[in-house]
Amino acid sequence: MSEHGHPTPKLYAIILACLVVGTVLTYRAAFWDMGIFNPVVALTIACTKATLVILFFMHVRYSSKLTKITISAGFFWLLIMITMSLSDYLTRTFLPQ
Amino acid sequence: MSTSQTTTTEHHPALAQQFDSMEQQQDASTFGMWVFLLTEIMMFGGLFTAYLIYRIKYYDAFVAGSTSISVGWGFTNTLVLIGSSFTMAMAVWAAQKGFRKAQVWFLIGTMVLGAAFLGVKAKEYHDKWDECHIPGHIIGKGFNAWGGCSATDPKLGNIADEIRERDPKVPKVSAVQTAKQTEIFFSFYFAMTGLHAFHMVIGFGLLSWLLWRAYKGEFGPQYYTPVELGGLYWHFVDIVWIYLFPLLYLISRTRT
Amino acid sequence: MSIDKPVMPEKHYLNDNYGIRSWLLTKDHKRIAILYLFSITVFFFIGGLFAGLIRLHLLTPNGELFQADTYNRLFTMHGVNMIFFFLIPSVPAVIGNFLIPIMIGTKDLAFPKINLLSWYLYIGGATFSLITLLNGGVDTGWTFYAPLSSGYVKSPVIVMAVGILIVGFSSIFTGLNFIVTVHRMRAPGMTWGRLPLFVWANYAASLIMILGTPVIAITLILLALERGFHIGIFDPKLGGDPVLFQHMFWFYSHPAVYIMILPGMGVISEIVTCFSRKRVFGYSFIAFSSIAIAVFGFVVWAHHMFVAGISVYSALVFSLLSYAVAIPSAVKVFNWTATMYKGSVKMDTPMLYAMAFIGLFTIGGLTGLFLAALGLDIHIHDTYFVVAHFHYVMVGGMVTAYLGGLHFWWPKMTGRMYPEAPAKLAALITFIGFNLTFFPQFILGYMGMPRRYWAYPPEFQVLNVLSSAGASVLAVGFILPLFYFLWSLKYGEVAGDNPWQATGLEWETTSPPPTHNFHHIPVVTKDPYAYGEDEEVPVVH
Repeated sequence: MSEHGHPTPKLYAIILACLVVGTVLTYRAAFWDMGIFNPVVALTIACTKATLVILFFMHVRYSSKLTKITISAGFFWLLIMITMSLSDYLTRTFLPQ
Repeated sequence: MSTSQTTTTEHHPALAQQFDSMEQQQDASTFGMWVFLLTEIMMFGGLFTAYLIYRIKYYDAFVAGSTSISVGWGFTNTLVLIGSSFTMAMAVWAAQKGFRKAQVWFLIGTMVLGAAFLGVKAKEYHDKWDECHIPGHIIGKGFNAWGGCSATDPKLGNIADEIRERDPKVPKVSAVQTAKQTEIFFSFYFAMTGLHAFHMVIGFGLLSWLLWRAYKGEFGPQYYTPVELGGLYWHFVDIVWIYLFPLLYLISRTRT
Repeated sequence: MSIDKPVMPEKHYLNDNYGIRSWLLTKDHKRIAILYLFSITVFFFIGGLFAGLIRLHLLTPNGELFQADTYNRLFTMHGVNMIFFFLIPSVPAVIGNFLIPIMIGTKDLAFPKINLLSWYLYIGGATFSLITLLNGGVDTGWTFYAPLSSGYVKSPVIVMAVGILIVGFSSIFTGLNFIVTVHRMRAPGMTWGRLPLFVWANYAASLIMILGTPVIAITLILLALERGFHIGIFDPKLGGDPVLFQHMFWFYSHPAVYIMILPGMGVISEIVTCFSRKRVFGYSFIAFSSIAIAVFGFVVWAHHMFVAGISVYSALVFSLLSYAVAIPSAVKVFNWTATMYKGSVKMDTPMLYAMAFIGLFTIGGLTGLFLAALGLDIHIHDTYFVVAHFHYVMVGGMVTAYLGGLHFWWPKMTGRMYPEAPAKLAALITFIGFNLTFFPQFILGYMGMPRRYWAYPPEFQVLNVLSSAGASVLAVGFILPLFYFLWSLKYGEVAGDNPWQATGLEWETTSPPPTHNFHHIPVVTKDPYAYGEDEEVPVVH
């Protein structure tokens, strides 16, 4: 019935370990000078951590398609807001004068 | 359509009358919580959008502001909150299995870790108070990132000096200018972590209520939906912090 | 139909329980809808009062009735109360709340307690609005542009912002409830392809409610923080960016207009098909166009900011997308028209409102395209052209649809028919009054009269007087229903289950419905709108 195949404590512990590793990684990486890639690395690690929390702690891996679509819609809308707002600011000085 | 474990003549006491089965109730409630979290994504998202725009506009000031908050405490808090997410996931697992004592202890663990997080944040806010980094002049001693403000240590909180220490080639005038611009960084720091902390406090309230019900033994394999919903909320708050940590604390630490 | 004279059912949701507690603590979606009906009607007339004062003041060019500062408060409070406390809740919270569970064949919404909470949040927000009113009202315009609102005006901006924040959560919870209900509570056999178009429309509006409203929540929070603590987020003096406020504000406020119009379009779909006695033309196109409007509506917001200093490249994109968003609306208009073509049109009051909607909304929508053209917008931005445009879609469109829906489902909600003659008269008066009020404003705007100005050049007076005259006629048209609806509660003809011979699950239960909506949960086997194909509309008791 509701046995959607829930994760086991062991799996939770593994995810916890991954999250801790990710945190340490992002902390250390902040002190290396990678130029433009610093924020890219930081956000990639953050997205990976968030994905792990969503898929396993929040059980989305075992949830219905509707749940998965809902979450994707949320991030998609956030992306719309960010990119279209930025598209104004980032194209402001490109006047062909 | 309805495939509940109980027979059709007996209703689980927690089955609300608008639903046909516990399964439908669990399905609908979980979906409802996800829809609510969607609204939270958009609300924090608005803040993140504004933050992004200003980070691009005032990059140096954001670097300076970010460097002046304690990365050690931020790192610690991230680990604390991740830990609390783990204990919360375990609490949901225990509730689903019907292990009453385990549920209670894991919920308590989550609350303890959550409280630790808030305690650290309180310390961080207090530090900002001491250093005159609270934006505006209504709360605190007035924003003064460029000149520092401590009676015992005049250099405490002096961002302009810190900028010049990291890069001596920066002229004093522009260091002071950048330091003044950090007020925007701190506005976002307090708005974002403040909104986050506010959500944690609400989460606290939810957890207390869940703890009480778990203690009374209300949750088991037939019915653990409230714990699952509480878990979803708590994990969401964790995810917001997972993004806040690098965006606020780790903008650029390479020149330290 | 073998029933000669319909009789009121013995027990129904209105007389099931008596006493104020049974209403204030109700979980019945139908009672909550009635609670909303009373509340939003109050705010409609509050907003209308301000409109009346504005039109009175604008009779003369030199503004002899009110000071400039007071005039600012008038148009602000008119806008805020109408938009947030009337238009946005109107169809969803009243008609949607009442009908959606019945239309999909279930006992109540997914979360009845949250539904009640929605109403209390509305009342909470409304209280803040009233407090603002008693403190002289806000004078920034309903758009609250910063830094005017965050750093310069002395009016109770934060109180108003908090009120809007609270009522925004009311909207969010309503949308959340509708979405979960439509996904998870449909009766057996009620597939997505059999849902009434009214449900599709409200579902689409609910998507906008949950995705857009949180952004205005955070915008208002930031505004309040800036105003209260003097931090710089939008105020350029403090290093902030005023255009950012506009981006964040309009990210919600543009989709908000689709929150307002989509449910109205859903009403029109229901009315047009019933009173043409013909299956609706292009069901799936109308259904998907609602979703398309909801999605596209989110990517056009900066068309409110063409002259605010945004990048011209970004403006080009937003202008193009604004043209695209008109297409699904046009699809609906074509399909409604095609439904009426060769149908057997019955000119009852709901149909009069529906036909008015189609014409007036088309005018309003087309004039939106004028505004979406970059070059033209430079000339007509912030003029009465804009004012006329949005009143055509909001009043000529939305309010007309709301009234049409109220008339159509009044018998279902109350068990009584409204009196047809006064109703037709009111519809006619409203139509005439509306056009007389707002059509001159297109001309005024094109001629250059700016909006939100308390005085104007004398050459604009004739058109302004026409507009004000129209407003008084419109007021009569809006007040009449108040009287005959109330009259009908006691003296109206008993309606029976299905006075319009309409299809749809709501007409298969009694008027008014029992508290649990149905005596037996229906099983759906037919497609919706089977008009003219199966004249037997089964009556289930």
